[in-house]
Amino acid sequence: MLLYIIRRLVQSVLVMLTVALIAFTLFQFVGDPINNMVDQDTTLAERERIRKELGLDDPVIVQFWRFVENAARGEFGVSYRLKKPVAELIAERFPATLELSIISAILALGIGIPMGVYTALNRERWTAKLFMTLSLIGVSLPTFLIGIFLILIFGVQLRWLPTFGRGEVVDLGWWTTGLLTASGLKSLIMPSITLAVFQMTLIVRLVRAEMLEVLRTDYIRFARARGLKDRAIHFGHALKNTLVPVITIIGLQVGAIIAFAIITESVFQWPGMGLLFVQAISEVDIPVMAAYLMLIAFVFVVINLVVDILYVVIDPRLRTES
Amino acid sequence: MDQDLGTGIPSEPTERAAPLLEIRDLKVEFPSRRGTVVAAEGVGLSLEAGEILGVVGESGAGKSTLAYAVMGLIEPPGRMAAGEIRLGGERIDTLPPEAMRRVRGKRIGMVFQDPLTSLDSLMTVEEQLVETMLTHLPISDREAKGRAVELLEQVGIPDAATRVKNYPHQFSGGMRQRVVIALAICCEPEVLLADEPTTALDVSIQAQILALLKRLVRERGMGMLIITHDMGVIYEITDRVAVMYRSRLVEIGPSDKVLNRPDHPYTRSLIAAVPPPDRRIDRFPLVEYIESAGTTTRKLDLASHWLGKARDFGAGDGPLLRLEHLTMRFLTRPSLLPSRRRWMTAVDDVSFEIRSGEVFGLVGESGSGKSTIARIITGLYRPEAGRVIFAGEDMTAMSSRKEINRLRRQMQMIFQDPYSSLNPRMKVGDIVAEPIRFHRLAESETEVRRIVADLLEHVGLGSRAALRYPHEFSGGQRQRISIARALATRPRFLVCDEPTSALDVSIQAQILNLLKDLQEELGLTMLFISHDLPVIRQMCDRVGVMQRGKLVELAETEALFEAPQHDYTRHLLALMPRMRAA
Amino acid sequence: MSDETALPEAAGRPDERPPSALARFLDSDLWWSFRRSPLVITAFLVTVLMIGAATFAPWVAPHDPFDLASLDLMDSLLPPAWLEGGDPRYLLGTDDQGRDILSTILYGARISLLVGFLSVILAMLIGVTIGLVAGYAGGVTDAVLMRIADIQLTFPAILIALLVDGVMRGILPPEAHEEVALFVLVLAIALSSWVQYARTVRSSTMVEKRKEYVQAAQVIGLPSARILVRHILPNVMGPVLVIATIQLALAIIIEATLSFLGVGVPPTSPSLGTLIRIGNDYLFSGEWWITVFPGLALIILVLAVNLLGDWLRDVLNPKLR
Repeated sequence: MLLYIIRRLVQSVLVMLTVALIAFTLFQFVGDPINNMVDQDTTLAERERIRKELGLDDPVIVQFWRFVENAARGEFGVSYRLKKPVAELIAERFPATLELSIISAILALGIGIPMGVYTALNRERWTAKLFMTLSLIGVSLPTFLIGIFLILIFGVQLRWLPTFGRGEVVDLGWWTTGLLTASGLKSLIMPSITLAVFQMTLIVRLVRAEMLEVLRTDYIRFARARGLKDRAIHFGHALKNTLVPVITIIGLQVGAIIAFAIITESVFQWPGMGLLFVQAISEVDIPVMAAYLMLIAFVFVVINLVVDILYVVIDPRLRTES
Repeated sequence: MDQDLGTGIPSEPTERAAPLLEIRDLKVEFPSRRGTVVAAEGVGLSLEAGEILGVVGESGAGKSTLAYAVMGLIEPPGRMAAGEIRLGGERIDTLPPEAMRRVRGKRIGMVFQDPLTSLDSLMTVEEQLVETMLTHLPISDREAKGRAVELLEQVGIPDAATRVKNYPHQFSGGMRQRVVIALAICCEPEVLLADEPTTALDVSIQAQILALLKRLVRERGMGMLIITHDMGVIYEITDRVAVMYRSRLVEIGPSDKVLNRPDHPYTRSLIAAVPPPDRRIDRFPLVEYIESAGTTTRKLDLASHWLGKARDFGAGDGPLLRLEHLTMRFLTRPSLLPSRRRWMTAVDDVSFEIRSGEVFGLVGESGSGKSTIARIITGLYRPEAGRVIFAGEDMTAMSSRKEINRLRRQMQMIFQDPYSSLNPRMKVGDIVAEPIRFHRLAESETEVRRIVADLLEHVGLGSRAALRYPHEFSGGQRQRISIARALATRPRFLVCDEPTSALDVSIQAQILNLLKDLQEELGLTMLFISHDLPVIRQMCDRVGVMQRGKLVELAETEALFEAPQHDYTRHLLALMPRMRAA
Repeated sequence: MSDETALPEAAGRPDERPPSALARFLDSDLWWSFRRSPLVITAFLVTVLMIGAATFAPWVAPHDPFDLASLDLMDSLLPPAWLEGGDPRYLLGTDDQGRDILSTILYGARISLLVGFLSVILAMLIGVTIGLVAGYAGGVTDAVLMRIADIQLTFPAILIALLVDGVMRGILPPEAHEEVALFVLVLAIALSSWVQYARTVRSSTMVEKRKEYVQAAQVIGLPSARILVRHILPNVMGPVLVIATIQLALAIIIEATLSFLGVGVPPTSPSLGTLIRIGNDYLFSGEWWITVFPGLALIILVLAVNLLGDWLRDVLNPKLR
């Protein structure tokens, strides 16, 4: 098992390096960094000097290595558009995205998994059919539309909830949180629901499908033939076996939430990293794009690693040799 | 024992005390959109304590349905449409679900076919045993754990105290089935139902499990209903046997009588179709009662037909096929470090010859390497070492596609599984024509179609079959299609890899007859692979015995069966069920 | 052994005439299930209707919203016809430029569907090919291809699509970018979704590869390429079609999202997403119809496609029968 963890760690590092390569390539080939950093008036000589200073004349490998080193330290250069260090920008906005993502993830998992289990165990009841229909509609609603409709109904028509921004935040030093203020919490409601809906419906369908598969297996049939109570069969055997493959997908989902935050932040003008990224895309602000990429890659890789390790811990077939 | 020959429904003489388990006039149906399928109709039988009743029949006969009906586990929309099921005199088919649940496991236990999938891989054996016992018995957790260890000992698992904490995947197939049996009897049921309990196991393990079941039944005074398609099993352990055919019970009585002096014509045909282990017969008597070959089909005049003509091989004497020191290993544990890799030797330095025109048999249990050899010969695998010399030419040394294909035309293969050996998306005609078209063996498309039509007639399917798809045919018919395909290149050498293992006994007889006929007509040389010794005896001239990759004995068939030299051969022969009582 | 609850299989009565292809279809589970489900029939009709209306938009739409000459600023910001101030000429109202909302929806749906279909086809081509090769070849080829797929799978489609789009935007000068923006978008969405096809086709290929009809073809001597295309491909396409339907819905959503964010289709050929973005600015001033109607159109379209995909998956899944 130790070997497995080491292997996965090595893989993760490889993934990070690959992403770094992509990010680095962006820098090299998309536009000229010098042009983006200085004004029209800067003389050629000046530009040459800056070029030498930044080491842009060095061989590509050296530059790449320097890039990786800097990235590892959190240094991504300066945003073309906002003229501030990228690391600072990200640090400012990270808490907003993370809070939103975590609340949404809790919602999606907390409602999605039980609903999936319920609809699998009670296939015939009308409530289950209703949930399935709702989930079908949920999967068909693009995230941004959900956001817009929510704003329209609760923000514009009913005026119950704020339609943009994060509300008041409390500064905890290196972290700013919106969870400790009333306006902060109110601002969280619509965005987190918006973000959670798509993921929730996917999870419901996934859990339901997986559980139905499990209920058809031989060992469940044998459990019935032994006269075990329904509860023991459903929750002791079926549920456990369902969750094992579902865990991997949940890992992916949590990652997806962070990415989908981009959309939600745009709709609600939520001051997070996602909004930063979108603005960077339309303005071709390479340093920000590269930094966001690396950061997201890192988060995904960590999540996947955790999920894989969990998998090994939970499934005895992977733990012990037969 | 009495048979009401008027209605054809067998009945038992009425007993004074209520039998342990009694089924009367059972009817089970499965509604589907194409109409209602009747899985069982008018079935009646009884089971006493301490006796083993076998239910035998071919696939689709309705035997498993019986067991599920008794347990109340028929999957909806299937349902029990008529009849009664009584346990110890009381009706159980009308019990409410909660009451029936208490019966399951506590009064009736069931063992399923596949030990690999019967157990939950996430729970230890102990947890599963304890859970079952605590559901039905008023004992404490600690007591249950103690009993769990005892149970494992009783079913013959060594080192029970340690192994009880293992997970299912840590047991081998046979051991796992013992665990399944332990689970089925842990609450001391009165009746044990076993649905094909040994079909998925190796021959030597089968014997052990059957012996175990017999012992448990006698020791505990249970009644056991064992469902199987294997006559050998019936012979080994049953006291009485019921024969099912197409959802009906056609005969029931003491095993000795039914097996040796059967009354019903179907039973007679069934017994006749079983390859006798003690002698060789020319052909299996045609099983008329069952699915007759159907339409009359033309037989070809082979002297003049394309099939019998100009088979482009050189005469030459000497063996047709010679294998020299073949070795083949498979990687079981891959690793970046060569030293940490683990290999499994499938074929270990095997050499033998096959003479022109003979039928050579290769017999062994699963994992013996016999199928691997077949695949090396036909070029599906490349051996690590050794040579394959066909008609004097070294196939393993060839590299050009064209050369290899030339030789490939002369040898063809028939596979085991009729349900996966035909491309489900191709019409039968195209499947059979493909080799002809690919090797350009015919002049025109019209000729191709004619040849295909003739081939299909010759194997007994009729030329119209060409326009249909494989799923419209039964298992036996599909094997005929495979045979037609194999013959399409006019081969001189045919490799048959367990061609009838997946077929019912009566269909097996038909296919073996067909193969025998073809071999004679066309002068084919055959390599016949099987794990079934009686079949080998019927089909082969010489036999090689394989054990774990090595060829341990090679002899003329009769010599091998009458006077085996190697211990393993003797072991295999001893395991062969003797159908006819001495 | 065969399933005991199945009908005793037809003994292939060789004398009867085999059914024609049409007869087989009408007898199939697919058609039977379709006929029985009013919901699925409705979904199918809706999809066909929308595809039809969108394709023939130039002929069906009451106005041409892109003919700048026909626009009248006096007609801008009119509410739907049934509300006060509405004009029966513009059934669903007009936007800030005087364009008829109904017409813009039809034209917009056209773009959305075009991008959706093209990206699905492209993704299918890439994914199926890679899946077949990886599944059949095995070994190192398979390992490498699947590593790439795994890495890509860790990133959600939106992200990848955004990235590809952004890169293209940076590489090409703005005018050139406008021209090829549509194709860049199709490429972006296709690149973000091929993995699903590849994975499914790969595992199906690995299963089929072990089946004996493939071995029989090898024994006959057929070369690998031929076996892949003639034997394996037809047998693995089933699940691909189901994925394609689901991916179509997803592709439409991704395109709409990107356009909404401003990085999708160029403003000269607005899709439903673009329309929603334009209308977003007018939400607060009360002209809700500019966003809501395109939004509803989008939802209905995606819902219908999803329903079909769901039904197709249920019907084609042999285990559920």
